Formats: sequence, C-alpha cells, structure tokens
Amino acid sequence: MIGIEHYVVVSSILFVLGVLGIFLNRKNVIVILMAIELILLAVNINLVAFSSFLGDLTGQVFAMFVLTVAAGEAAIGLAILVIYFRGRGTIAVDDVNRMKG
Amino acid sequence: MQSILFIVFLPLLAAIIGGLGNRMLGNAVVKTLTTGALFIACALSWPIFLSFLGGNAEAHVVPVLKWVQSGALTFDWALRVDTLTAVMLVVITTVSALVHLYSWGYMEEDPDQPRFFAYLSLFTFAMLMLVTADNLVQMFFGWEGVGLASYLLIGFWFKKPTANAAAIKAFVVNRVGDLGFMLGIFGTFLVFGTVSIPAILEAAPGMAGSTIGFLGYRFDTMTVLCILLFIGAMGKSAQLGLHTWLPDAMEGPTPVSALIHAATMVTAGVFMVCRLSPMFETSPTALSFVTFIGAATCFFAATVGTTQWDIKRVIAYSTCSQLGYMFFAAGVGAYGAAMFHLFTHAFFKALLFLGAGSVIHAMHHEQDMRYYGALRKEIPLTFWAMTAGTLAITGVGLLGVFGFAGFYSKDAILEAAFASGKELGVFAFWTGVIAALMTSFYSWRLVFLTFFGKPRWAGSEHIQHAVHGDHHDHPAEEHAGAETEGHHEHGHGHAAEGTAGYHPHESPLSMLIPLGVLTLGAVFSGFLFQRGFIEDAAFWNGAIFYNEHLMHAMHEVPLWVKLSATVVMLLGLLTAWFAYIRKPDLPGRFVEQFSVLHKFVYNKWYFDELYNFLFVRPAFWFGRMFWKIGDIGIIDRFGPNGAAWLVDRGAVVAKKVQSGYLYSYALVMLLGLVGAISWVMVG
Repeated sequence: MIGIEHYVVVSSILFVLGVLGIFLNRKNVIVILMAIELILLAVNINLVAFSSFLGDLTGQVFAMFVLTVAAGEAAIGLAILVIYFRGRGTIAVDDVNRMKG
Repeated sequence: MQSILFIVFLPLLAAIIGGLGNRMLGNAVVKTLTTGALFIACALSWPIFLSFLGGNAEAHVVPVLKWVQSGALTFDWALRVDTLTAVMLVVITTVSALVHLYSWGYMEEDPDQPRFFAYLSLFTFAMLMLVTADNLVQMFFGWEGVGLASYLLIGFWFKKPTANAAAIKAFVVNRVGDLGFMLGIFGTFLVFGTVSIPAILEAAPGMAGSTIGFLGYRFDTMTVLCILLFIGAMGKSAQLGLHTWLPDAMEGPTPVSALIHAATMVTAGVFMVCRLSPMFETSPTALSFVTFIGAATCFFAATVGTTQWDIKRVIAYSTCSQLGYMFFAAGVGAYGAAMFHLFTHAFFKALLFLGAGSVIHAMHHEQDMRYYGALRKEIPLTFWAMTAGTLAITGVGLLGVFGFAGFYSKDAILEAAFASGKELGVFAFWTGVIAALMTSFYSWRLVFLTFFGKPRWAGSEHIQHAVHGDHHDHPAEEHAGAETEGHHEHGHGHAAEGTAGYHPHESPLSMLIPLGVLTLGAVFSGFLFQRGFIEDAAFWNGAIFYNEHLMHAMHEVPLWVKLSATVVMLLGLLTAWFAYIRKPDLPGRFVEQFSVLHKFVYNKWYFDELYNFLFVRPAFWFGRMFWKIGDIGIIDRFGPNGAAWLVDRGAVVAKKVQSGYLYSYALVMLLGLVGAISWVMVG
C-alpha cells in the first residue's frame, strides 16, 4: 500500500533536486527556471497528497493556484530570458552577475 | 547726579556705533563721534572730581540693572561714585579724550581708523566700569574688558607678526594674574558670603586672625585672600614676575601705549589695592608682600630702563618702575600717596608717551634712539613737552616753593615708606631712592639722546626709506608730507653728514594740543592737588583706608629724607649729561668694562628667556605631546580614523558577499529560510 510517507519522500526528493538545481547549476538560466518549476511541483505533490490524506479539498484548490502561478512565472521568466539573451548574447549563469555591488 | 551714567555709557555707545558702523560711517564720522563722546564724558567728570575735592559731595551708588540673584549670590550692576572713583574718572576720561584727539593726527594714514577709535572707546568704557564697580564681579567685568581692549589694540596692526605675538603674550600673562584675582573673588565670597565691596570692607576687620584651608594647609584667611587678589593686580599692573607683557605691548600704536599701558589700565591694580585697602590692612603679611613686590619691581624696571635703546621701551620700563612706587606706597599704608602718584603719573607718563609718539611720527617710525639726536631744533614743541614730562617724572622741585607733578607724589611715597617704621618700609625707601636715581638717569638719557648731540639719522632704515621714497609696507604709513619732502630733498643730495638729507616735521595740531594740555597737567597737577590727596583725610572721606598716624609721621621725617629724591635726581641728571653730552664715548666704554652686567640688564634680567625655558617650551612640549600622541595617536586612531578603517575593511568583506550570482543569493535565501523555520520549530 502506498502511504502518505511515500508521497512525502518523493516530494522531498523533488524539492531537494530543485534546490540543488538552482545552486549547483552553472550552465544556463533555463535550468534555474526548470529547477524552480521542480520545487513548485514538489510542493504541489505535498499539497495534493495531504489533501487527499486529510480529506480536505483546500489543498487541491491551492495546488491549482500554484500551477497557475507556475505557468505565469515560466512565461515571464522565459520572456526575461529572451530579452536578456538579446542584450548580452549569453544566458550562462556564471556570466549573469550584473547585480554585483 | 546721574551724569555718571553718561560718563560711563557714552563711550560704550560710541564704541558700538563706531565699531559696527565702521567703514559705512567713514573715518570722519566715527572719529568725531568717539572723540566727542569722550570729551563730553571728560567735561562731566571734572565737576564730580572738583565737588569731591571741595568736600561738598557724598559717596553714592547709582543702580543700573539687576544682574544676578542666585541663592546667597546676589549682585547688581551699579555705579559707585566716591572720591577714589572720582580721581580715576578724571584720569581716565581726560587722558582718553586727549589720546582720541591725538590719534586724529597719529593715525591719519591708517586704513582702519574707525576700528581703532571704536577699540579706544570700548577700552574707556571697560575701564570706567572697572573703577565704578560696586562689587567684585563688576570689577572683574571691567578688568577683563580692559584686558580684551588691550589685546585688540596691541594687536591692532595684526599683519605684523610681532604685534600679534605681543598681543597674545599680554593676554596670556594677564590670564595668570586673573586666575589669582578670580580665586580671590571666589574666596571672598566663600568667606564673606557676598561680593559687594562695601559689605566686604565692613566685615574684613572681623575676619582678621581667622584661618582658612587652602592647598591642604591652614593659612590666615585675609592673607590668602589679599595675596590672591594682589596676584591679579600684579598681572594687570605688570609687577615683577608678571611684567613681561608690558614692554612687548609697545608693539601697539603709540596712543594706545599712552592710554592703556601708561595712564590707565596698568594702574588698575593700584586702584584695586586702594579700593580694597581696609581689607589689605587686616593682613600685615599681604601688605609686606605688596611692599616687597612693589619695591622690587621699582628697582628692577629702572635698571632695565637705563639700557634700552627703543624709546618706547624705555618709557614702558619707566611705567613699570613707577607702578612699583605706587604699590610699595600702598604696601606701607600710604594709599593716598599711591593714588596721588597714580594721578600725576597718568599725566606725565601719557605726556611722555605721546611725546615719544610725536618724535616717532617726525622720525618716520624710527623708534631706536641711536638714530635720533639733535631733534631739539627740528621739533621744538615736542621737545618742550617731553622736557616738561621728564622734569615731572624725575621730580624736579624746590621744597616748599614749587615742583613738577612727580616731585610731590614721589616724595610723598618715599617719605611715607621711610616714616612707616617697618623694616620693609625702609628697604622700600632705599630701593625707591636708588630707582629714583636711575629714573632720572634714563629719563634724561632719553632726552639727551633724542634731542641733543649730533644727528645720527642716516643709520636708520626708516629714514633711508623716507629719503629715497621707497615704499615699505609698514601698516601705518608715514605722513604724506614727509614723503614728498624726502623726494624733494633727495634732489639736493645728502646735505649734511648724519641727517641723510632728512627733515623731521613737527606734528600736526591735533597731536600738539593733547601734548600741551598734558604738559599743564605734568607741571601743575602735583602742586594743585597735593593738599587734597596727601594731607586731607576729609577728601578721601572713607573711600580708602586713611592712616592718620602715618600721614602725621610723614611730616616728621628728617630733612635728608625729604631732600634725598631731589639729590639723586640731580645726580642722575648730571650722570646722564656727563655720559651722553659731555663724553659721549663713556657709555660704550662702560659697557665694555661691565659687559656681563650690561648684558644681564640689557636682556631684561633674562626674564623672557627664563619663562621661555620654564613655561613656554614645556607648554609647547606638552601641546605637541598631546597633539601627536594623545590626539593623533589615540583619539584619531581609535576614534574617527578607526571607525573609517572598520567600515572600509567591512565593506571589502561585504563586497565579496555581493557576488552578483543568482545562485549565491538563492543559497543565502535558503539558509535564511532554514534558519527561520528552525527558529520557529525549536523556539
């Protein structure tokens, strides 16, 4: 029987993968966007799993919100990325340090 | 009788208007305003004095304003008018008015005349405030006021470094005396619970014999207070030890020297001792101290005066010496004689200074007597005025017939010193006689060097400049007339040996009138007022401590005592005549013979060098230490500079955090989040 623990473990693994994806990735910004998506999905799994486990629909409704926000975030993120690429000619993470003080 | 308000406050008003108006009002307006105010004050002062002299005036106090009311400490602004004040009033306003007038001529070429006249009036106000003070704090106000005015006027030509240095020196040395004065005032308040002078004088005899803790020891109360107050007087009146500022103060314009450093401010100490005479009378120790310092100064300054070459410095040391006479007169209890000498001295010393100013004016700002000579024919009026002043200071006169001013006052002092019966009094008498000998010598030396002999003008740079028409940047440019005359003469070549073709000019009328008036004062002030000041107890009317017994004893002194001053005067005159007219090479040979002694005296007994070694250099050393080690090494290093260093280093570290890489920010955010969550979960 697949219990709540399994869902929690999977979502934790996904979350950690997402976080590590942000830190350890040195290649390009798209990977960061994907990693963020991964984090959000990990959270979604958690929400849905607990919703089902506790019999409370609020969690699933919230998951829908998160999906919407994730879609918007992906759209805006990719748009920024395109503009950025036009400007700098690269999207390698190590070159993106214009926020340096 | 409210004229005293006008006397005191007109000069202040003139000083404020003239000082603030300055260039806006222009030279003529400010000069007229200040001089006019002073002449009005002078005209109002004489009736007050004469009514006291005639015995138909009572001492009274004119209240002005409430000042301080703080617990037991209450005092007001009030003008006290009694005989002592009246004497000072005429001295101050008369000399000041004449000096104002004199400055019209003397300062004619100066670019800052309004400032000068405003300062002069300000000084006069402060001095009047001092002598009319009804309490010690008001006296201190005037005391500091004259100190300030003196500082401003000594440093009037502020572009001259020597003038600045002299001004600072005068201020600092006076500050030493003022500390004593202040401690004296504090102590007086501590002991008597009041600063009102009449109240203190009334209570003083009751305090005689009591003791007070001071510096960890027990002393006689009145001795401590009187000596502290007298230290203030020593500073202001340039007595031995605190005298070093007075000769340097000659850097100021000559009218200033006449007004402040001869006639009025420097006598403030004598005035103070006389004002507080009932207090001093309660402490024989303090009186002995006063006598000793006075006699020592009198002797010391006279010796130095015999060797100086600068005409103003000779007169400055002479002032110092005469102040010594006044102090030992006060010390032996002859306050009337002290005040009388103050009164006559004001006239003849102001005359001598203004005469010296006239000579300097004629000689194109040359002050060295070695470059004078034979000026008798060139500036005859100045010569006669100076001669009258010299006759007065040396005390020429015939017993019982007539004498110049100094004859009466100096003799009275010497007789009183002899008659006092104290050992120190006799010591003071002999010192005074020797000083009188030297006074006569250096005064006549000044006259002979300046007015007699052959012209020695060619050696003077100032004269050379005048003759060759060179422009030098002396702050007070010489009279334009002399300048063009110099050009003119130059065309004829060097006419005579020694004169360098220079023709001295008699001073303008505005300078000669004060000389004339002061000459009258120098000739007659002794003869006219001798009775009142010395013999008439009713004249003083309780304003000073009047020692009936001493005044009586003064008449009983042996004839040789009465004649001693005249004899040494003649001796000094003869010596000076012999040394500077008959055998002009004698002084040079004498100096060669006694070069060590001469060097010692010529260098003013090495007081300046001693103080330089004892106080000035250690003060600089301390200053430098605190600056280099204390300020730069500690405060700056760990204070502002340390903070700046910390920020700088911190910024370098913090800059590294700001890498600009997204992932590092994200990591920080995550760590923060983890931290926050742990906090919530654990806490």
